[in-house]
Amino acid sequence: MTNNITGAKALIESLKKENVEVIFGYPGGAMLPIYDELYDADIRHILVRHEQAAAHAADGYARATGKTGVCFATSGPGGTNLVTGIATAYMDSVPIVAVTGQVPRSLLGVDAFQEADITGITMPITKHNYLIKKAEEIPRVVKEAFYIASTGRPGPVLIDIPKDVTTDLLDFNYPEEINLRSYKPVAAVNIEQLKQAASLIKASEKPVIYAGGGIIISHAAEELLQFAELIAAPVTATLMGKGAFPDTHPLSVGMPGMHGTKYANYAIQESDLIIAVGARFDDRVTGKIESFAPSAKIIHIDIDPAEIRKNVRVDVPVVGDAKTVLTKLTALIKQHQPKTSRWLGRVNKWKKEFPLHYKKNDMIKPQYVVESIYELYPDAIIVTEVGQNQMWAEQYFKYTKPRTFISSGGLGTMGYGFPAAIGAKVGRPDATVIDIAGDGSFQMNSQEIATAVQSEIPVVVAILNNGYLGMVHQWQELFFEERYSSTVIEESVDFVKLAEAYNAVGLRAVKPEDVKPILKEAVESGKPTIIDFIIDKTENVFPMVPAGAAINEIIDLE
Amino acid sequence: MRHTIAALVENRPGVLTKVSGLFSRRRFNIESLAVGVTERPDVSRITIVVAGDDTVLEQVLKQLNKLIDIIHVTKLSPKNSVSRELALIKVGVDSATRSEVMQIVDVFRAKIIDVAADSLIVEVTGDRSKITAMEHLLSQFGIKELVRTGDIALHRSSTTAEDIANQGEVN
Ligand SMILES: Cc1ncc(C[n+]2csc(CCOP(=O)(O)OP(=O)(O)O)c2C)c(N)n1
Ligand SMILES: [Mg+2]
Repeated sequence: MTNNITGAKALIESLKKENVEVIFGYPGGAMLPIYDELYDADIRHILVRHEQAAAHAADGYARATGKTGVCFATSGPGGTNLVTGIATAYMDSVPIVAVTGQVPRSLLGVDAFQEADITGITMPITKHNYLIKKAEEIPRVVKEAFYIASTGRPGPVLIDIPKDVTTDLLDFNYPEEINLRSYKPVAAVNIEQLKQAASLIKASEKPVIYAGGGIIISHAAEELLQFAELIAAPVTATLMGKGAFPDTHPLSVGMPGMHGTKYANYAIQESDLIIAVGARFDDRVTGKIESFAPSAKIIHIDIDPAEIRKNVRVDVPVVGDAKTVLTKLTALIKQHQPKTSRWLGRVNKWKKEFPLHYKKNDMIKPQYVVESIYELYPDAIIVTEVGQNQMWAEQYFKYTKPRTFISSGGLGTMGYGFPAAIGAKVGRPDATVIDIAGDGSFQMNSQEIATAVQSEIPVVVAILNNGYLGMVHQWQELFFEERYSSTVIEESVDFVKLAEAYNAVGLRAVKPEDVKPILKEAVESGKPTIIDFIIDKTENVFPMVPAGAAINEIIDLE
Repeated sequence: MRHTIAALVENRPGVLTKVSGLFSRRRFNIESLAVGVTERPDVSRITIVVAGDDTVLEQVLKQLNKLIDIIHVTKLSPKNSVSRELALIKVGVDSATRSEVMQIVDVFRAKIIDVAADSLIVEVTGDRSKITAMEHLLSQFGIKELVRTGDIALHRSSTTAEDIANQGEVN
C-alpha cells in the first residue's frame, strides 16, 4: 500500500500492475495530470496524430500479441475521436482498454467546455464502461477493466476519469482479486451437448469445419488442426479466422461467403454437418440465410451463448472456450474412422476446377503484389485496409499462423489498417509488418506517417492504387449500370511526395517487374515506407456472391 | 407472445440506460418496464414485459446476461410467479355519472384517491387484464388521463435477492 498518491499516479501504477508496456494516446486539458505522471513513468507512450489511430493501434497491438491494448484520449473531441476505433474492436472482439479524461465532477452534466457523455456514447460499442466518481475507485476499476476486456468473449472497455479525480489523493492498494458477482465469463462445458456433437460428427459423411476468430482468441489453432485431421473434414476459415488453420494444409478450403472461394461455398452448401467454432454466421458468410447449408445439421461452438441461434438454427449448441471444447471433443471422438474420403474427393475436385485466378497483362495486378509479398515475406504480419485491397490480401497470401492477418472484419473500417499496423509492429518489433492498403482507405489515417516516423516504427504500407474507391466502384459497375457516383479519386494525391513530406520513405512501382525489388527496398530500408503500386484499375474481386443471394450463386471472372 | 422477465441488477447509475438501450438497439419490443430497489440497497429489480416469439425471448435473456451490471435474469412463467400492475385513471364525471363510476370502482375493489368537481382519480391494482377491463369500462365516461406502472412480478419460490446476489449466479 502506498499512501497519499494522486489519482493520476494511481492510474499509472495500476496500469503497471497490469503489465502495460505501451500506451497509444493523445493529450489534452482533462488529461494533463495523467500525462504529467506518464512523463517519467517507465511505460512507453506513442503519440498518435488522431485519437482514432490510438484506438486502432491499441487494437492492432492486441491482435498481434494477444495482450490487451491501451489507448488514452482527452475529454470531449478526444473521446469522440476514439469511437470508430472502439466500435471496430467491439465488432471483432478485441481486448482494449480506453482511458478518457473528463471534465471535473462539478461540471458534469452542464455542457461544460469539452464535455461529452462518452460513457453514454460508447455504451453500445463497449463490453463495459465506467465513469469514475472517486479516486479510491481507480485501482479496482482498472483491475476489473482488464479482466473484463480480456476474458470470455473479449472486447473494449472504456474508463472515463474526471480531471479532479486525477488530482485527488488516495491510499493505493491494488486488489489481488476480482470480485464481480455479475460477470462469470467461463461456463463449464455441457457434457451431454458434447456427446451429441460427437455422435453427429461420427455419423457425418460430408462435414465442414467453419472456423472463426474465436480459434485465434482462445489459442486453439493446434487443437483445431488435430481435430480437423482426426475427423478428416475440410476447414473453411473466416476473415477473422485467417491463420487459425494453415491455408497450405490439404484440408483447407479458404474463406466462405461473399468473396470466399467457390469450393468453400460449394462445400458448405452440400455438407451434411457444419461444425462452427468461434464463428458467428455473419451475413457476409451466410448470404441468403434461408438457403444457407440447406442439408446440414449445425453444431455451434462459441463462448458467447448469445451468438447461438442468433442468426441460424442450431442442432447442437456447445457453449465454451474453443480450446477446451475442441480438446474434449477430440478426446471423445478418438479412434474414429472418418467416412469422409468420397467427400474430400469431391471437395478436392472443386478445388482443382475452381481455383482463385486472375489474368496477367503488362500492368501490375493487385493479386500479383500480394503473391509477391507472400513469396518474399511469408512470415510477415499482414494488416489490411478495407475494400478490394482487403479481399486480395485475404485471397492471395497464404496464412499459416494465428495473429498474422489483421483486418477490420465486423465493422469494415477504412483507415484501420495503417494505425493497426503501427500497433502490431510495436507489439511485434521482430516481425515484418505490411499494411496492404487502398488509396482511399490510406487517406483516412495517412497523418499517422508522422507517428511512425517520430516513434521510429518501420511499417510498410503497400498501397494498391487503383484511383478508385474500388469496392464501391465494383458494385456500381456490376449493379448500378456503371454510374460511378463519387468513387473516382485518381491523381488526387502523390503518395511518394506525401511520404517524403513526413520524412518517411516513398516508393512507386508501375511495372510488374518493379514489384519485388521495391518490396525488398521498402522492408530493408528499416524505415516507415509508403509504396504506391499503380495497379490495373479494371481489376475486380472475384468470386463474388451478390448481396442477398445464396452462397452458391457465384459471379466469377470467365 | 408476451413474456415477463425479471432481472436483478447492480443498483448503479446508467444500468437502466444499458438495459433500455439494449432493447432498442436490438429491436426487442418492450411492453413495459418497471424498476425499483430491492430488500438489498445495492441491488435493483427490473421487471420487463417483452413481446416476441421464443427465439426473441432467448436472445433477450442471453443479451441481458451479457451486460456486466446484470446479476441475474430469468423468465417468469405465469404458473410459477405472481404479477401486478397499478394504474391511476382520471375519469370525467358529473352528478349523473359519479355514482355509476363509484360502483364500478367498488366491484373492481379499486379505490378513489382524489375527487374534483368534474373528475375522479381511480387507483386500481391487478393483473394486466383486470386493468385493461377497468380502463375499458371507464372509457364510456371519458378518461382524461391514465398512467400505468407496468407489470412488477416475483417468483413464487422462497429465493431472496440476497441469495441470488451472493451466488452471483446467472442463467
Ligand atoms: C470509414 C468507411 N467509410 C466508407 C466505407 C465504405 N467503403 C467500403 S470499401 C470502400 C472503398 C475503399 O477504397 P480503397 O481504400 O481505395 O480500396 P479499394 O477497394 O480500391 O482497394 C468504401 C468507400 C467504409 N468501409 N469505411
Ligand atoms: Mg482504391
